Amino acid sequence: MGNILSLTTFIPLLGAVILALFLRGDDAAAQRNAKWVALVTTLVTFLTSLFILANFDAANTGFQMVETRPWLLGLQYKMGVDGISVLFVMLTTFLMPLVIGSCWDVKVRVKEYMIAFLILETLMLGVFMALDLVLFYLFFEAGLIPMFLIIGIWGGKNRIYASFKFFLYTFLGSVLMLVAMVAMFADAGTTDIPTLMTHTFATEPFSVLGIHIAGGMQTLLWLAFFASFAVKMPMWPVHTWLPDAHVQAPTGGSVVLAAILLKMGGYGFLRFSLPMFPVGSDVMGPLVLWLSAIAIVYTSLVALVQEDMKKLIAYSSVAHMGFVTMGIFAVNQQGIDGAIFQMISHGFISGALFLCVGVIYDRMHTREIAAYGGLVNRMPAYAMIFMFFTMANVGLPGTSGFVGEFLTLIGIFQVNTWVAAVATSGVILSAAYALWLYRRVVMGDLIKESLRSITDMTRRERAIFVPLVAMTLLLGVYPALVLDLIGPSVTALVGNYDTALASFAAASQFAAH
Amino acid sequence: MVSADIQIVMPEILLAVYAMLALLGAVYTTKDAMAPLLTWLTAGVFVLLAVWIGMTGQGTHAAFDGMFVDDGFARFSKVTILLSAAAVLLMSEGYMQRRGLLRFEYPVLVALAVVGMMVMVSAGDLMALYMGLELQSLALYVVASLRRDSIKSTEAGLKYFVLGALSSGLLLYGASLTYGFAGTTLFSGIIEATENEPSLGLLFGLVFLISGFAFKVSAAPFHMWTPDVYEGSPTPVTAFFATAPKVAAMALFARVVHDAFGGIVGEWQQIVAFLSVVSMFLGAIAAIGQKDIKRLMAYSSIAHMGFALMGLAAGTAFGVQAMLIYMAIYVTMNVGTFAFILGMERDGRPVTNIESLRMYSKRQPLRALAMLVLLFSLAGVPPMVGFFGKFYVLRAAYDGGLGWLAVAGVIASVIGAFYYLRLVYYMYFGEEVDALDGKMAPVLWAFLMGSALIMVVGVVNLFGIEPLAAAAAATLVN
Repeated sequence: MGNILSLTTFIPLLGAVILALFLRGDDAAAQRNAKWVALVTTLVTFLTSLFILANFDAANTGFQMVETRPWLLGLQYKMGVDGISVLFVMLTTFLMPLVIGSCWDVKVRVKEYMIAFLILETLMLGVFMALDLVLFYLFFEAGLIPMFLIIGIWGGKNRIYASFKFFLYTFLGSVLMLVAMVAMFADAGTTDIPTLMTHTFATEPFSVLGIHIAGGMQTLLWLAFFASFAVKMPMWPVHTWLPDAHVQAPTGGSVVLAAILLKMGGYGFLRFSLPMFPVGSDVMGPLVLWLSAIAIVYTSLVALVQEDMKKLIAYSSVAHMGFVTMGIFAVNQQGIDGAIFQMISHGFISGALFLCVGVIYDRMHTREIAAYGGLVNRMPAYAMIFMFFTMANVGLPGTSGFVGEFLTLIGIFQVNTWVAAVATSGVILSAAYALWLYRRVVMGDLIKESLRSITDMTRRERAIFVPLVAMTLLLGVYPALVLDLIGPSVTALVGNYDTALASFAAASQFAAH
Repeated sequence: MVSADIQIVMPEILLAVYAMLALLGAVYTTKDAMAPLLTWLTAGVFVLLAVWIGMTGQGTHAAFDGMFVDDGFARFSKVTILLSAAAVLLMSEGYMQRRGLLRFEYPVLVALAVVGMMVMVSAGDLMALYMGLELQSLALYVVASLRRDSIKSTEAGLKYFVLGALSSGLLLYGASLTYGFAGTTLFSGIIEATENEPSLGLLFGLVFLISGFAFKVSAAPFHMWTPDVYEGSPTPVTAFFATAPKVAAMALFARVVHDAFGGIVGEWQQIVAFLSVVSMFLGAIAAIGQKDIKRLMAYSSIAHMGFALMGLAAGTAFGVQAMLIYMAIYVTMNVGTFAFILGMERDGRPVTNIESLRMYSKRQPLRALAMLVLLFSLAGVPPMVGFFGKFYVLRAAYDGGLGWLAVAGVIASVIGAFYYLRLVYYMYFGEEVDALDGKMAPVLWAFLMGSALIMVVGVVNLFGIEPLAAAAAATLVN
């Protein structure tokens, strides 16, 4: 089992190649075969990823199941997981079969659609496992291509604008990270992530174009990485691509985008920004905290006035990601635990919410909130499930949404009470927009003529929601499942961060004397 | 002693003799009826020479008292030039045949141009440099206006000739200044003359030389001829312009600045960095408005030359290595892209309007996919090989102390990504229009697929090109 990580990563790619080479024609039979091949591939990937989880030793804070091969230019092909990344891997493999299942009704270019999702899964898994800077960049950036095509080919009316905005926005963010990677490579002489975590980048302050830069090189590198991850996350004010992309993307694309792709930003902060640039993080941390607080309040307010369901959920995603960045840059055990927990839980909840929108969109072909109302009369099962995830989104105790928000708020309260106070008001606002949405879509009398014949969820649709409901409840009542796995790694991360800051403080004091 | 010298220039002599024999043979026999055979034969000769040079070349030799140098750098460039020229010849045969453009002069002129390029990259002296350059340029002026009855093609040839002559003039002026102040035309002599505080006249000479080279590699602000010549020339000729001559000119550029002026890197670094940054931005921005795919590729090549110059601007051995790798990747991508463009036809007539690609993916999924791969590679998006080209030059620029150039480069590449994405948009998201012809010559198909496959599979180890380029760069910069 020495190469279980590579195996898991490349099984979806293999499935895509099989689809591309051996599946001919575009009739109903071929379409069905394409879906089944994709579903089986993602299920097999999930099963192999269970071996990763089984072999994972939570007490070990280093990287596990590491594979290394030399590559070009002194780079290497190196894969491994630690407590921070292993759950993102599991999240990805867990959600992909559900995504494929939700695409069962797609009729246009089904084969290509499935291939795009399978390739995307390989690239997302690669991002979470890569232990080489350039390998990470390669997976991180390559994911743009299938997502660009998914939005552009299978998206809604305004898909072209949305796909270009998505691609160029995220591309601009990440090329700056590329330059930073080149600089790190030149400085440390290696692109090995574990080695770079122990490398100390220069912190002597200097001026660029007359601007004094505290934390020197580290701050610049931190900023370059921030440009990439903040766009990906997305953080206010660079979040504007997300509502467009979400609204235009097909349901499956929205689910992947919200549930997994956004997590790459948070993962990047934990993998690169905190351990490699502690001084840079310390210098810029307060800014991130305030940006997060603004994001939580501002995007919640924006969500309140949306008329498009997907847009509303997209803004709510931005607000929830605000809790994540806030927790990460609180840099204490509760904050980071909470941030990771929130990301995992948001993966289930936001994915489920987009699927909920997909269910009624497939029937009515509109996402206008005003076009619905009183659905509970015709769709009781749907009303149940939608209510469950609305509550989870609000952060009702007993669902996983509560644990994440609560932990991040505890974490931030120890660092900055003002930010904590502002962010907490976001919890109330999230209840406002989510419950109001639910009230307008589901409750009341069924007065719209067009909704008279709407049917409740099919068996396939219900089956997709079962695992999501189960996970949301399970993590809500027994969060230790996640926290035990990530705890030791987060403790080590926070410990190293504090040590690095302490030695920096000692060094600058020494220099001052 | 002469025989040893002859030994060193043997590949050039053989190719020149072949070109003359081919010319005579065709003139005295069936003339244009021989052209297809001659085209294939010339391509075969190119490949044979490439294999011969690549396999047997060893060490560094100088012939004719240093006027002609055969080293790893020259061999790497020659193999790239020969292979890309062979690929373009093979691609052009069917296209030109069907349009009655395939005259026997075409392969002969291409062969002569290649001789010129080989001399250029091996030049160890300003005279040898100029001879090679002019042989190449004169042959290219003629093939640009190969379609004699087309106004655009003759205009392209004339424009290329007039502006080319101007740049040759600049270059000659620079060469004479250099000769005047260094007292020699040999590169080895010039580098000695620059050892202690180079005179102002020598710097003037350097600037004029660089202007001439910038014209030949079509770096902004000396790029004006490129879009018109690309658009007006028959497409196979455009494909040729975009590949081999660019490699030769870039190699020559590197040879002169390192062999002759390697002692005063600081003096030319700023100029090259300036050319690089202007080219990248101009290529990226001006391409956005283009509707003709050949003009678009012209601006794309200007931007790519900017990136290659970024490697050169580093002024280090690694920079030259990065530049060589970049050029090899660039040529491979362009061969594939032009194979696609050559296959764009409607009712047997060539189409170059990018709007004609709308919904191409629906009718030709495989070809559209190959083109998609090439476009993302041109844009420098990983995991395509084009990304590694960019990564090498960025690394070189950063190591050479040009961090700002690296930042400018990646920003330009984001702007540039827009127009490559626009082509993807036409092929995959657009509305349907009149279909392009479904047929594509097998040769073109093979080059398109091969090139796209290289762009994907190359991510494994770039086909081992890295150590070769490193060895080549090491012989130039020491």
